[in-house]
Amino acid sequence: MTDVKDAGGKRPVSGKKRAGRSKSGTNGRTGKRAAAVRKQAGGGGKQASGRNNKQAGAAGNKHSGDATDRVVLRALDVVKDLGEGAGKVRGLKGVSLSLKAGELTLLMGPSGSGKTTLLSILGCILTPTSGDVILDGRSVIGKGPEELAALRREHIGFVFQSYNLFPTLNAEENVRLALDVRGDDPREAVSRARRALEQVGLGHRMKSHPKNLSGGEQQRVAVARALAGEPSVILADEPTAALDSENGQAVMALLSEIAQDKSRAVLAVTHDPRTLPFADRIVRIEDGLIVSEERSGAAGNNTVQNIRKRKRKSHV
Amino acid sequence: MILTLAFRNLFHDRIRLVVTLVGILFSIVLVAVQLGLYLGSTRMIQGMINHSNAQLWITPYGTSSFEENSLMDGRENNTAMAVAGVARVVPIIAAFVRWRKPAGGNTLSVLIGTDASDGGLIPWNIVKGSIDDISLPDGVAVDKSYLKELGIAGLGSRAQVLDRRVRVRALTDGIRSFTRSPYIFTTLSRARSIIHATSDQASFYLVQLTPGADPQAVLTELRARLPDVEVLTRQAFGARALQHWLFKTGAGIALIGGAVLGLVVGTVIVAQTLYSSTKDHLNEFATLRALGSSKGYIYRVILAQAGLSGFVGYVLGMSVAMFVVYLSQGSALSMVMTPNLALGLLALTLGMSTISAVGAITKVMRIDPAMVFSR
Repeated sequence: MTDVKDAGGKRPVSGKKRAGRSKSGTNGRTGKRAAAVRKQAGGGGKQASGRNNKQAGAAGNKHSGDATDRVVLRALDVVKDLGEGAGKVRGLKGVSLSLKAGELTLLMGPSGSGKTTLLSILGCILTPTSGDVILDGRSVIGKGPEELAALRREHIGFVFQSYNLFPTLNAEENVRLALDVRGDDPREAVSRARRALEQVGLGHRMKSHPKNLSGGEQQRVAVARALAGEPSVILADEPTAALDSENGQAVMALLSEIAQDKSRAVLAVTHDPRTLPFADRIVRIEDGLIVSEERSGAAGNNTVQNIRKRKRKSHV
Repeated sequence: MILTLAFRNLFHDRIRLVVTLVGILFSIVLVAVQLGLYLGSTRMIQGMINHSNAQLWITPYGTSSFEENSLMDGRENNTAMAVAGVARVVPIIAAFVRWRKPAGGNTLSVLIGTDASDGGLIPWNIVKGSIDDISLPDGVAVDKSYLKELGIAGLGSRAQVLDRRVRVRALTDGIRSFTRSPYIFTTLSRARSIIHATSDQASFYLVQLTPGADPQAVLTELRARLPDVEVLTRQAFGARALQHWLFKTGAGIALIGGAVLGLVVGTVIVAQTLYSSTKDHLNEFATLRALGSSKGYIYRVILAQAGLSGFVGYVLGMSVAMFVVYLSQGSALSMVMTPNLALGLLALTLGMSTISAVGAITKVMRIDPAMVFSR
């Protein structure tokens, strides 16, 4: 697997107001990516095998002052078998991937390539058949379902394709629920839920139920829900798939904004080529293997530059 | 949020909620009526025994209830009085007799002969006349709820018991018999005279103990000295009577069986609706799980749903049950509702709801949070 550091251009800026940009610091995070940091992020690629990554894991988890170097989630040589007996299929064939704080990574690939399986493993929903996932310095190896759930609620925020909001709860309650699951103080949860909704530009729709919200607004509630617990990683599964172009762009802009927080990494699984301009990094997966990794290009330019394709051989 | 989510899940599908509540309502009403009738029956069966002022009862051998009428010859009275710890032995007559209505016809009744001065078993809840009036010539006391059955108008009415004229001198309220044969209270000597018993004979002897006496020691001693009769504590005699009327006759089994059936029906209905509700909300529970909720959190949501539906169903069911209690007052077998029974029914309902949640919880136990990515 390759960790690529290249000269980062400015993130593409949509013409829309970026919801919550100015609020991202409310939780003690700057929410802004300084140009200097982007420059520091450059400096040539550093190739690391899965094993090397394992060694680098601990170091990567330390704040070095340069937030973009902080690896918050790392998959190490992950193999995942799906099904049993004659129907057994190797879904992932040795995937290594690092997600760095302050980065929006897109995971792309055709249907059946292993995107969702990888997302489930990175999200501590599935455990790898072999290999490891290190989340904020904690390995998932040997963890039971409840320990994995604890890891998810403490460190990961999810955004789903179909939003997965609770139809009987209003926007604020949907966000609060994610905090309640964590055992947060109810009064504190209310204020945090409100802050998160304001951050995604839905301060005026807090009492609205999902059925009264547009698809874009629902997805923004889902983003607020993912954000409210201040996770170190946000994993988004096809966040724009159910949205029209305009709302899709708005949601990607929002995720991109969130990814500017130097303590948080964002990974989005997507088919949608319109999301490419928002990516800091694009990882392509095919047949259970990561086949390429690209870094996005210059400001205002929607082409992806500094592409490094590295067809990998199967690990198995 | 658990209660909020449970409440919203429950009230989201109104039709299913109505089905659930109706199921619980019927279940509660059925159980309340059956247990209320059981309690009412118990009070009737044990009424005389529980209202007696005696710790021990001496009964003819094999007597299974108060209404059984065989007579002891009186020797037991003297023997019992000789036992240390016995303060007083009160003879009682209880016998089935024919009450001849003034206008013709007769009613099978239970004649009770007891002297107020003895303080062993005196009629309670006297609403007209007084206990002393029973001592007046031909005096008897009957319950006002049996006036029609006895073919009399009320206080002062005359009738005949076997071949002896009697006059109603007092009326009681609520002293009803499980056998549906009205109780006729009179003096001990008059009762003996009516049934042609000798002045020593009695159906029962009520044994009152001296203060500080050990009931168990007295009981043991009495049993040793009276091998031809039985000596029972008041509680044991009450239990025996209950066993006889409710279980040997099958009446109690029918009542308890009805209550159990109500519980089963309620449990099945709540379980079914809860299961289908959980199935409908499976994606939401999977989302909760993906968000990192513990299984316990989800179980609590389901249990809260079950508890909420149980509680609402209980309130509705008890309202109907109380109306049935009201309607049953004055009937041959009145239904009884006590605070303890109401609390017991609440516990039963919540227990039933909890058991109903097992199916739904089993379903959720198998939930795969990865399903959130498959939609």
